[in-house]
Amino acid sequence: MTLAANPPRNTPWSRTISVLRDVMSRPSGAIGLFLVAFHVVLAIVSPWIVPHDYKAMNSAMMLTGPDAAHWLGTDHLGRDVFSRVLLGGREALLVTGIATPIAVTWGGFGGILFGLIGGRVDEVLMRVVDAFLSLPWILKMLVLIVTFGTGIEVLIPTLAFFYGIPVIRIARAATHDVVARDFVSAARARGHSRLTIIRRELLPNVLDTLMVEGAMRWSWMLLAFSSLSFLGFGVSPPTPDWGLMIADARGFMSFAPWGVLGPVIALSSLIIGINLTADALAKALGIDRAQKAPV
Amino acid sequence: MSAPLIEIRDISVGFTGKSGATLPVLRNIDLTVKAGESIGIVGESGSGKSTLALAAMGYLKRGLRLLEGSVAFQGQDMFARTRTELEKIRGGELALIPQNSGQSLTPTLRIGAQLIEALRLHSDVPQAEFSAKAIELLGQVRLPDPAAIMTRFPHELSGGQQQRAAIAMALAGEPTALLLDEPTTGLDVTTQAHILELLRDIARNRDMAMVYVSHDLGAIARVCDRVVVMYAGEVVLDGSTRQVLKAPVHPYARGLLASIPRLSDPRLPVALDGRPPAPGGAGQGCSFVDRCALAQEQCRSRRPVLERLPSGESVRCFRHEHAEDLSLTGSGAIPAKLDSDAVPALRLDDVAIRYNRPRLLDKLLGRDSASVATVDGIEITVAKGETLGLVGESGSGKSTILKAVAGLLPPSDGRITVAGGEALAPEVEQRSPDHLRRIQLIFQNPDDSLNPRQTIAQILEQPLKLYFGLSGDALHQRSAEILERVRLGAHYLDRLPSQLSGGEKQRVAIARAFAADPDLVLCDEVTSALDVSVQAAVLDLLNDLKSTQGTTYVFVSHDLAVVRALSDRVAVLYQGRLCELGPSADVYATPSHPYTEVLLGAVLEPDPDTAPTLSADDVVELSPPVRGCPFQRRCPRKIGPICDTDAPPWRYRADGHGIRCHHTIEDLETVQRKDVAERCA
Ligand SMILES: Nc1ncnc2c1ncn2[C@@H]1O[C@H](COP(=O)(O)OP(=O)(O)OP(=O)(O)O)[C@@H](O)[C@H]1O
Ligand code: SF4
Ligand code: SF4
Ligand SMILES: [Mg+2]
Repeated sequence: MTLAANPPRNTPWSRTISVLRDVMSRPSGAIGLFLVAFHVVLAIVSPWIVPHDYKAMNSAMMLTGPDAAHWLGTDHLGRDVFSRVLLGGREALLVTGIATPIAVTWGGFGGILFGLIGGRVDEVLMRVVDAFLSLPWILKMLVLIVTFGTGIEVLIPTLAFFYGIPVIRIARAATHDVVARDFVSAARARGHSRLTIIRRELLPNVLDTLMVEGAMRWSWMLLAFSSLSFLGFGVSPPTPDWGLMIADARGFMSFAPWGVLGPVIALSSLIIGINLTADALAKALGIDRAQKAPV
Repeated sequence: MSAPLIEIRDISVGFTGKSGATLPVLRNIDLTVKAGESIGIVGESGSGKSTLALAAMGYLKRGLRLLEGSVAFQGQDMFARTRTELEKIRGGELALIPQNSGQSLTPTLRIGAQLIEALRLHSDVPQAEFSAKAIELLGQVRLPDPAAIMTRFPHELSGGQQQRAAIAMALAGEPTALLLDEPTTGLDVTTQAHILELLRDIARNRDMAMVYVSHDLGAIARVCDRVVVMYAGEVVLDGSTRQVLKAPVHPYARGLLASIPRLSDPRLPVALDGRPPAPGGAGQGCSFVDRCALAQEQCRSRRPVLERLPSGESVRCFRHEHAEDLSLTGSGAIPAKLDSDAVPALRLDDVAIRYNRPRLLDKLLGRDSASVATVDGIEITVAKGETLGLVGESGSGKSTILKAVAGLLPPSDGRITVAGGEALAPEVEQRSPDHLRRIQLIFQNPDDSLNPRQTIAQILEQPLKLYFGLSGDALHQRSAEILERVRLGAHYLDRLPSQLSGGEKQRVAIARAFAADPDLVLCDEVTSALDVSVQAAVLDLLNDLKSTQGTTYVFVSHDLAVVRALSDRVAVLYQGRLCELGPSADVYATPSHPYTEVLLGAVLEPDPDTAPTLSADDVVELSPPVRGCPFQRRCPRKIGPICDTDAPPWRYRADGHGIRCHHTIEDLETVQRKDVAERCA
């Protein structure tokens, strides 16, 4: 590629900005970021903008269809579905918003460490990780929740723990890739200390991968959280939550579909948004998520 | 004689750039390929050679669009055909052999199964005869023991054998035209020469047309009747191989030829400064104007057309009558030869390196581990200010030796000492800061050796901070100075490697090495990832730094001409063992070690009047023999059992030129001279 006559300045900030710009210049990135930002802002301001009290029941109008007052109708207790949909992502975003960074941090740390140690220890530990990953996640999570109870203080560490484990694999693979590259050999041959090499050569390159991985983990975690709520192990009523709302409304699907449709659309638009953003971010950072086919 | 087979009419291909504008990659190309004709397409990286070759098949890479023009194969428009029609043609009448055929073969299928599949899809051979036909094809591409090859998986074949298997697959459909995109790039010189001979014979015997895409004019000279030179997506010269290689009438073609190092010329090649415009970057004038020595006012304002000359070639240049003023071999600098004051800067004393360390069990039982050392018995002294070239095919241990000197791979035996007789610790971690600073390493591929996340300033700061403790203004100033020295300006400091061209990146890597103010610089294939014109500039830079800094180089390359251009002395390695060591002029002259002779014979000069001599089979050996001469399995001059059992002695000529062989120097001289005489007769 050619360069403009006056070269671009490259400061840490300019990179962040140019990556953001790149993400937004892609249709997937623009739509994805919009969806994510929309949900985050909504989660923050929804308590002030909801048209009805989310827990106000009204036995006179249960499962009514959409009308001017109740845009998405009412549920089986006569509560306003639209208000509950607006509020229903708050808990999920709060829990996953805290648990995701924790998961990526500890999983990333562990993976980089294993990758650096290498050799036999690394092999054995990865076998353990693989064995762990082969168990169905819902089973593992239910065991923990049944043991320790539900609630945010249990859900956050549980999700953070389980979702950090696959990050170990990714971080380890990324570490192996970077360590094999010549710029690391060059730094070794110059005689830099191990720590300097890790900090300057390794981390910046691995962090890119972790960032994309983090976004992916976030969307998986949202699904998991909603599934737990759906099964009755997440948010406890009457707090509105998409998973819970789907579970409650599913029995009336045939004649009151809006009760399910509202939360389903809300949840899937957020997850699609996160995935689109992750995709655009991976492209902007030049990370091959899928092996490219040679032409 | 016959109707055109492939007819490309005025095609332009482009893509939509970030700004939304359409940027052309190919501009108004006309090309006709007749039956049985072989055409070479040459040009620098990014000139559009591959795009053109693929377009000839009616195929465009994702993101590219046909802007105008048409491509016809046997009279039918390729871009108007349906997918299924195209699939029938591709691999049948018209076959493509890509650069890395290891990738085009299916890794999970045996060679036999893949060949039979190709026969089923693209030939009329009856089912019952598939196996026999497949074996026949493998024999035609001169694979040893075709029946055994049938049952192998692609990864069980060497690079050269994979390429042969890919050619056999292409031949299954009895193609009338074969497209080859860099089919021998990345292969060893001897393997490359063999594959080219094979292609040449096949094309002649079957009267098959070939379109051969390559940046290597030597290869083109060997197989093509006609050469098309591309520059920035345009055809700038189109003529017979002889016309284009012997007396090209376009300034770019002349520059390209002058930038190729040649075995026959000890001078450094002449660099072609500047770089081609990016797609859409060419102005309204001639696309070569910024680099052209003949450029005049009119070249800036008008675009020259492709003009047909009475002599038969077509050229796109206003001033082609004057092209002959530009020298072809030219005024390249004579490589700097410092008076070596004979102080050794580096000494390798009986160095051996093995990749698998002896196994614990073997050690306990006092057994010798089965593995033979990858590199063994290396005895080399490099004088201060001298350049030692290290040549050999892939797997000969060149990089391994450099890594041991740099401390990245501890030798299993022997000693490495630097100036003053100080021994180097085997591993970097134990070396003193002074030793670390004095030895610097430059790698083959700058994309891999420069951290993509660091700016040029950050890259250069590392050695400056580490070795000299510089900071603040002094640091900045020194970085800028060093960049100047590699002919890049201080304005590059803020850039990232991805914002530089290949040649510029390699200069940054060189700058980083020289920032340490080293005594000894180890160069590992530093030009092999670069275009020839860029390579010439990098060689020139290295030579310049050597004469101003008095640096000692160990210069590793598989390209004998490149080594010759820069080295004072040359060491030839085979299977990790030294075969020959001496002043470069002597090593390249008769007599030489039988392996050096094979290597030199396989070199392809960009000259249609020379032919390689292929005296040894291109067998890839996985490990060196346990006893005797390392070259015993392939040696064309093998004496007999003595070569299998006894390590050959060093035999010296007067001037410190040693050859390691059971033949005496006189014997070698006699037989080699006789062979040369016979070949000439
Ligand atoms: N899919 C694509 N989208 C946009 N631009 C492309 C695409 N493929 C190639 N190009 C551009 O087209 C130009 C020609 O590319 P091409 O691959 O044909 O060059 P080449 O001469 O074969 O180079 P090399 O020697 O490196 O193989 C280059 O500038 C390249 O960046
Ligand atoms: S047209 Fe002019 S600039 Fe272009 S190659 Fe010819 S002399 Fe050089
Ligand atoms: S020692 Fe024997 S096998 Fe080795 S190079 Fe000499 S003649 Fe050939
Ligand atoms: Mg190409």
